[in-house]
Amino acid sequence: MNGLEHKGPEGHVEMESGSPFLGPGYTIGSVSDKISSIVLTRGTRRGWWLGFAIAFALFMMLNYAIAELLAVGVGIWGVNIPVAWGFAIVNFVWWIGIGHAGTLISAFLLLMRQKWRTSINRFAEAMTLFAVACAGMFPLLHLGRPWLFYWLFPYPDTMGTWPQFRSPLVWDVFAVSTYATVSLLFWFVGLIPDLATLRDRAKKRIAQMVYGTLAMGWRGSATHWRRYETASLLLAGLATPLVVSVHTVVSFDFTVAMVPGWHSTIFPPYFVAGAIYSGFAMVLTLAIPLRKYYHLEDFVTLRHLDNMAKILLATGLIVAYGYMMETFMAFYSGSAYDRYMIMNRMTGPYWPLYWILILCNIVIPQATLWFPRVRRSALALFVVSLVVQMGMWLERFIIVVTSLHRDFVPSSWNMYYPTRWDWMTFFGSIGLFLTLFYLFIRYLPMISIFEMRELVHKTAEGEGGT
Amino acid sequence: MSERNHNPLDLVQIRAKLDSDAGQRFWRGLEELAGTQNCADSLDHEFPRDPAKEPREPGALSRRDVLKLMSASAAFAGLTACTKLPTEKIVPYVTPPEEIIPGKPLYYASTMPFGGFGAGVVVESHMGRPTKIEGNPDHPASLGAADLFAQASVLTLYDPDRSKVVISSGRIGSWSDFLAVADQARQKHLANKGAGLRILTETISSPTLADQLRTVLAQFPMAKWHQYEPCGRDTVREGARLAFGEYVNTYYRLDRADVILSLDANFLCYGPGAVRYARDFSDRRRITGPDSTMNRLYVVESMLTSTGATADHRLRLRSSAVEALARSVAIGLGVQGIALVGARPNVPADWIPALLRDLQAHRGASLVIAGEQQPPAVHGLAHAINDALGNVGKTVVYTAPVEAAPCDQMQSLRDLVADIEAGHVETLVILGSNPLYTAPPDLDFGSKLLKVPLRIHLGLYDNETAQYCHWHIPEAHYLESWGDARAYDGTASIIQPLIAPLYDGKSAHELVALLLGHSGALPHDIVRDYWLGQKLVKEEAFEAAWESWLEKGVIPGTAFPPKPLNSGVAAAHISPGAQPNNSGSLEIGFRPDPSIWDGRFANNGWLQELPKPFTKLTWDNVALVSPRTAERQKLANEDVVELRYAGRSVRAPVFVMPGHADDSVTVHLGFGRRRAGAIGTGVGFDAYAIRPSNTPWIGTGLEISKTGERYHLVTTQVHHAIRQDGHEVEEESVTAEKRGLMRVATLAEFRQNPSFAADPEEEKSRDLTLYPNYPYNGYAWGISIDLNSCIGCNACVIACQSENNISVVGKTEVDAARDMQWLRVDTYYHGDLDDPSAYNEVVMCMQCENAPCELVCPVGATVHSPEGLNEMIYNRCVGTRYCSNNCPYKVRRFNFKLYSDWTTPSLYGLRNPNVTVRSRGVMEKCTYCIQRINAKKIQAELEDRQVRDGEIVTACQQTCPTQAIVFGNINDPNSRVAKLKGQSRDYSLLLDLNTRPRTTYLAKLRNPNPEIKE
Repeated sequence: MNGLEHKGPEGHVEMESGSPFLGPGYTIGSVSDKISSIVLTRGTRRGWWLGFAIAFALFMMLNYAIAELLAVGVGIWGVNIPVAWGFAIVNFVWWIGIGHAGTLISAFLLLMRQKWRTSINRFAEAMTLFAVACAGMFPLLHLGRPWLFYWLFPYPDTMGTWPQFRSPLVWDVFAVSTYATVSLLFWFVGLIPDLATLRDRAKKRIAQMVYGTLAMGWRGSATHWRRYETASLLLAGLATPLVVSVHTVVSFDFTVAMVPGWHSTIFPPYFVAGAIYSGFAMVLTLAIPLRKYYHLEDFVTLRHLDNMAKILLATGLIVAYGYMMETFMAFYSGSAYDRYMIMNRMTGPYWPLYWILILCNIVIPQATLWFPRVRRSALALFVVSLVVQMGMWLERFIIVVTSLHRDFVPSSWNMYYPTRWDWMTFFGSIGLFLTLFYLFIRYLPMISIFEMRELVHKTAEGEGGT
Repeated sequence: MSERNHNPLDLVQIRAKLDSDAGQRFWRGLEELAGTQNCADSLDHEFPRDPAKEPREPGALSRRDVLKLMSASAAFAGLTACTKLPTEKIVPYVTPPEEIIPGKPLYYASTMPFGGFGAGVVVESHMGRPTKIEGNPDHPASLGAADLFAQASVLTLYDPDRSKVVISSGRIGSWSDFLAVADQARQKHLANKGAGLRILTETISSPTLADQLRTVLAQFPMAKWHQYEPCGRDTVREGARLAFGEYVNTYYRLDRADVILSLDANFLCYGPGAVRYARDFSDRRRITGPDSTMNRLYVVESMLTSTGATADHRLRLRSSAVEALARSVAIGLGVQGIALVGARPNVPADWIPALLRDLQAHRGASLVIAGEQQPPAVHGLAHAINDALGNVGKTVVYTAPVEAAPCDQMQSLRDLVADIEAGHVETLVILGSNPLYTAPPDLDFGSKLLKVPLRIHLGLYDNETAQYCHWHIPEAHYLESWGDARAYDGTASIIQPLIAPLYDGKSAHELVALLLGHSGALPHDIVRDYWLGQKLVKEEAFEAAWESWLEKGVIPGTAFPPKPLNSGVAAAHISPGAQPNNSGSLEIGFRPDPSIWDGRFANNGWLQELPKPFTKLTWDNVALVSPRTAERQKLANEDVVELRYAGRSVRAPVFVMPGHADDSVTVHLGFGRRRAGAIGTGVGFDAYAIRPSNTPWIGTGLEISKTGERYHLVTTQVHHAIRQDGHEVEEESVTAEKRGLMRVATLAEFRQNPSFAADPEEEKSRDLTLYPNYPYNGYAWGISIDLNSCIGCNACVIACQSENNISVVGKTEVDAARDMQWLRVDTYYHGDLDDPSAYNEVVMCMQCENAPCELVCPVGATVHSPEGLNEMIYNRCVGTRYCSNNCPYKVRRFNFKLYSDWTTPSLYGLRNPNVTVRSRGVMEKCTYCIQRINAKKIQAELEDRQVRDGEIVTACQQTCPTQAIVFGNINDPNSRVAKLKGQSRDYSLLLDLNTRPRTTYLAKLRNPNPEIKE
């Protein structure tokens, strides 16, 4: 295994002729060994423990913040009248946006037969699932009476009440719950062959039992494979429209309202692009340390990073177009409210945040990612991905807060300041996400083993063909 | 229990117990068998520190609670409800008392004594609990309206911090012990003819109490009755004495005045006749069409007040310069013997001549009013000017004094202090007042008071003065006991109690009766006997007359007749006021606070949280300065300064008020209470600390220095000054004007273009819809608010709070922009930063026909009624707050925490039982007083008829002194509201959003003198 070291220009050429998405020298067996060993044989490493401890501490902080919230009320947050939605909704939109990259990679790219997705789709899907879990928590917690959240569902009720279906929040309930269900199913179905591999390779009884149960009797027969292919294609077919629809519906939360800065037709595409933008940034944020720590540079190659950076470039441009159009329409529409809103964003009390947002989402990524050198530098990409995520979080903050804090009647204008509970809940949700992710990389194969085998096979075939 | 503890064990009893149990039980010891308290105690002590039983701070979380909640929340604890409903037992009436139908309120007329004067009120009573105060339409000072103090006084009744027991030297005493002490004192003073007996009261207009006090003085000839009202009318009284040589009561007929000049007088919101004046004044400004006329108001004032904002011409001038201006006006009108003293005030050149011409053109229909803070000389000048203009008997009416014993109260207090100092005072009875807090510091009342051998205090609160007295007797609230009072024109009315004293409080009548030896006298009998003795009606008809007085709330024919003043005004005697017009130095003006007055309402949460006019400050008082003075002194909002005046100093936060006179600082009294109760103690700074007895209102020579500290102030409307280029005042107001939220024209402009307020572009949008309009076949409720009448007095805000059980949230929550008042008074400025016009706009729920809030609620908790109201269903609300985001008027209020006080039992009685007390996590907003609408609709249905126009009045409408708010059925073209909405001045807020508000406004008009250029 001398191919672990990345080669110079010769290597580059070689990758193009073979597979740029897999290091050389891998056999079907060695791929399985390498990926399953992370879960089964290498044991729990000190670095994992350290990371997990930090994540779990943050998660406990989240629980503390939620306990206080339930005991005292949403008044512990900085929300007020006029800014009745604050961090909770910002975080909700941010997390749900992040989730989108996973779905895009696993479903959309599957349908597009983009084989390079193989090595990143598993943990991207896991990321989706955990991000949706974090996202789904916020709209419920932000309710004044969270214990009554189920009133948003249409369920037979002795009082004969029913949700008010004109409200986008009801659409949200359906969009997010569908998304969560499909993502979970898709992820789980994709895991089944690998769970069987783990079952077969596990040495400990408990591991054999658990993985065996989860593998649901997978034996790898041709019938199984055929059914598996059909199911995953169907699920991919179901999940693909969700990439577009979920964030569209989330954007309806804003566009249906008449608040200047929300009431805009550009929101659905702009939100979807923003979601993919932040999602790919998150995939990069997760992938870069993982490949380094677990020496997976051969599976998640620089070409992968390069591709994802290109997606960042493309979606970043769409997002930039969204900002431009938003500004243009504010003036072109002739609406005094919109005009005031956009000027207030740029020059009002929150102006630094707006310009940091532009810096993070447009200036920095566009100024760096056009250079192949940056796209192929893991460290630079890692930094840019964090910048983009911060920018996308700020974008939601700007949309939610600066639109509300000065809307129609100036006497009601006011400021919104997050409280320590807002921050604790926000960072706590990151803790929840990381906790789940740490558990995932410890107990499940973070790269799809069988698909990597397939890749090895196809790569070999391709070599044989030439 | 104590007996048991000390008894040895009763073995016989134990044996009997064992026998009766037939040996079937085990026992742990003899004590257990005997069932002694000791044993139970020791069992408790086995685990002495059970954290569950530990007392803890209300609202604080114990460790266990946190753990419980954490474990629950980790498992997604949203499923469990956390707000506990209080357990309450109800008991049905087996034999219901007469007249009381549960759920139906009864209304009683009564009188609220305030500053010595009576305000006629009607009190709503539910099942024997007074819940709301309204004005009495039959009372001349009210005409159905009530100011914010009268309305908020019902909260004081239920205030849990009211004193509840007799306090003797700091410990709980008993009334019977006090009776013994009082009797002893009485015997002593009977022997020495009352030498050393002193009674200190506030201003008294009560005929009965005055009669009792006179009897005391007759029985004890050497006793003295002192009066001191911290925010009293000394200047008014002394001014009358300057002019007429005797005490005279003056009241105004604003309904007859065409041109009014106010000399630093906030007469629309301040003083005993203010509610009536506001009504009369606004009646002369009601516009029905281009032919309507308006009076014209000139105001000269230092601090921007509601009256100043209403004025057609407002001249900002230091209070100390008003006298010079009054003198030039008097000289200009040819009043003889007036000398011009002091520097000429800095007034625009055309101002005074134009004013003089206007006044002279309206002889007999003009009016000059001097402010209560102005020195007696200005009042004398006002009398002289009114005399010269032939206004006496027309717009100005003189009568005998309303106060039972008019006197110079500051002098009266000085005399008392001097007597104490000289050791002449043995017994001091303080009735109701709180001199320890309110007395000017140079009198050093506190330390002098301690020299009095027997000090007795009667008061609603165990306050600063009570703490320094040997005996404190809880006073009965006016809703708890009998009494009487006179209004601004002398009309007497009876104070009728609505409820038995909650805490065995005693009225002043009872305490004075004690001095007279009538220890068992009941206040009812005292008051009734007095009026029986007045022989207003024949003795056999008295019973019927008494009942009709109680029912009407007024004793007819008791208004004082106009007093012929044959001497005329002795203008020559009006010597210049005490202060030289030292224009170089800073001036200080003391005023009672617009919300908590002289401090007596400091513990009233409604009033503390009420945004003060223009500044919109809550929960604090400040040193108000003009923008220019702030610039000159390098001050900004929230800077803490030290105010040094007359050798004393106090630290106060600065607040910049556009429209304030330059080189002048206004401070409001009533804050910085040291012993007010849980709400009022320590709020704000104590301006009394620098208030000298010789210049209690206005003085010059104030020194101001920055301390470098900052103090956080909280307002409900944030004003950002943006530019000072002479045009744009501040961002909010400029934007509001651009958005047409406040529409103003002059009367002349209105006559030229009667529909100046309408925007044809806006009207077009009304029917641009694909959907057919919803047909409102029955009633369609709407409100019209006449901005030309509104003076921004805040009465409606308190009315709404009282009617709808609106919570008080406290300073930190107001700071977080979570104030709960459903109805707000917005302020916008226009013009230059130093001297802007200020406009008030009452904003409540617009009840939009195309309501943005309804569309976005996911659970249908806010829905449209067939009568066009947006109804809130509290039980259904889950609290997404989407409705508030989508409300362009931001009239919705959210219970971010549990704001309603569910634990203080005394407040249960206060609540309107027809309005839900909202819980945490629920949205609320103005309902147009739906409970009132439904009550009248039910009644109309029972009587098989339509609701009559004017039958339903919302709480804000009911109390509005200027009748600016009119509610009604807009489907009925003959209804008042429909006619008002049909006026050309009618406009909606943000109509271009096509929300179609049911609340619309009538644009404001101003009637400036064309000779004065703005």
